[in-house]
Amino acid sequence: MTALQAGARARAGGLARIPAAAGAAIALVVFIAVWKLIVIISGYPPFILPAPELVAARFISAWADGTIAPHAFRTLYEVALGFGIGAGLALVVGYVLARLPLAERLLSPYLVAAQATPILALAPLLALWFGPGLTAKIVICALIVFFPVAIATMVGVRAVDARLLELARSLRATRWQIVTTLEIPAALPAIFGGLRVGVTLAVVGAIVGEWTGATRGLGVLVNIARGSLFDIPLLFATLLTIALLGIVLYGLVVLVERALVGAR
Amino acid sequence: MTATAPGRIALRGISVSFPAGRDDRLVALDGVDLVVEPGQIVALIGPNGSGKSTLLRVVAGLLAPDAGTASIDGRPIDGPDPRVGLVFQEPRLLPWRTTAANIAYPLELAGVARAERDARVATLLGTVGIEAAASQVPSQLSGGMRQRAALARTLALGPRVLLLDEPFSALDELTRERLNLELLAITARTPTTVVLVTHSVQEAIFLADRVVVLSARPGRVAADLRVSLPRPRSFGDLDAAVVSSTAHEIRAALGEAAA
Repeated sequence: MTALQAGARARAGGLARIPAAAGAAIALVVFIAVWKLIVIISGYPPFILPAPELVAARFISAWADGTIAPHAFRTLYEVALGFGIGAGLALVVGYVLARLPLAERLLSPYLVAAQATPILALAPLLALWFGPGLTAKIVICALIVFFPVAIATMVGVRAVDARLLELARSLRATRWQIVTTLEIPAALPAIFGGLRVGVTLAVVGAIVGEWTGATRGLGVLVNIARGSLFDIPLLFATLLTIALLGIVLYGLVVLVERALVGAR
Repeated sequence: MTATAPGRIALRGISVSFPAGRDDRLVALDGVDLVVEPGQIVALIGPNGSGKSTLLRVVAGLLAPDAGTASIDGRPIDGPDPRVGLVFQEPRLLPWRTTAANIAYPLELAGVARAERDARVATLLGTVGIEAAASQVPSQLSGGMRQRAALARTLALGPRVLLLDEPFSALDELTRERLNLELLAITARTPTTVVLVTHSVQEAIFLADRVVVLSARPGRVAADLRVSLPRPRSFGDLDAAVVSSTAHEIRAALGEAAA
């Protein structure tokens, strides 16, 4: 169970006995029922709000006939590369920010400014610079992932117990040994907080990047389904795919976190 | 590796000060001279702020003195030294490592091969009597077991000088007494020079060959008293007449030191 869920369940009190999986299933059933109810009561046509079973059928058929798959794998590829590069750089920069106060004073205004500028506004510029290919998408992904991971790393490394650092020093640990055996393991819970936020943002980054010009990707498919095909159930099926991609990637990060941090 | 004088600590004119506010400095130690012979057990006692822990950190090489020279076996201390092991007031175990992995930590840092590491850790777990807790993490251990693990970790590199900074002060009376007894047994088996900081006159007498009383800030050596209690010692010895007279002397020195 994640800390988030644990906290929510502790607060829920009487509901705390419901297992996490059952809770998620109940929430899903309620969501679909409300959706269906709105379709029935409002009488919206399927090109405004398709019924859940229509979306489900389109989701299955679009995956089966290979309409979604190439776009989904393209987006996954962009997310994986962008997240990997962005998070990797953020770990290094976050560490430097934590240990060199001068670096933080000099760099933090630019980091904050870069983060405060909406990625939607930056994306066309990046597309102009890096072209319509893979690079622009990876840059946008990496950029959006960078900030939360760098800040989480900085906070995590700063919070490492000074007494443990003194212990390592008394045992004649080298600078690099202190990083690998003490600072990284101690900062890991905080770093994973940043990675959880970062991985969901990476999906947003990839879609935004695809909107600025691409031939493949879930962002492209959204435009195709709404535009030339005017297949609104397919649009919904694509949105569902994007959401599932986010959930699966987030789940993967949580799994890795549990494997590495779990035993404490 | 000198066989003749293993673990002789020589401190001459050690002065240490810390920055305190603007332009001001707090003098923690002021010209401390202290020689500890190999295998000797010395207790440092003194009022709060007399620089006991500071002095220990100088010997551990964690703190460079402003003035004076510090050496072990004639070699100047210029940083943390593999011949010196320090046990802190708190266990300072890495919370994500098991007891065994915590004890192995200094060996890992020193690049000892895995097989030898495992063998040494197994021995050390036995030395401090926590074999059963080998695969538990610190949050599962009692305070006494954590401090045993910390002691084992310090012993891992086979130090000739063992420095203890009130290591058992956070434990209950019974656990502390038992650990003190075991500490004596351990240091009797492998000749080790020991300097320990304590607040307890009883503990100082029970453990030490010499009790060094430091004065209130700035710390100076106010008294250097011998404890003429034969070894091996047991708690029964604490009733001996020599103990009460030594305790009286220490308290008198402490009284002057605090004034």
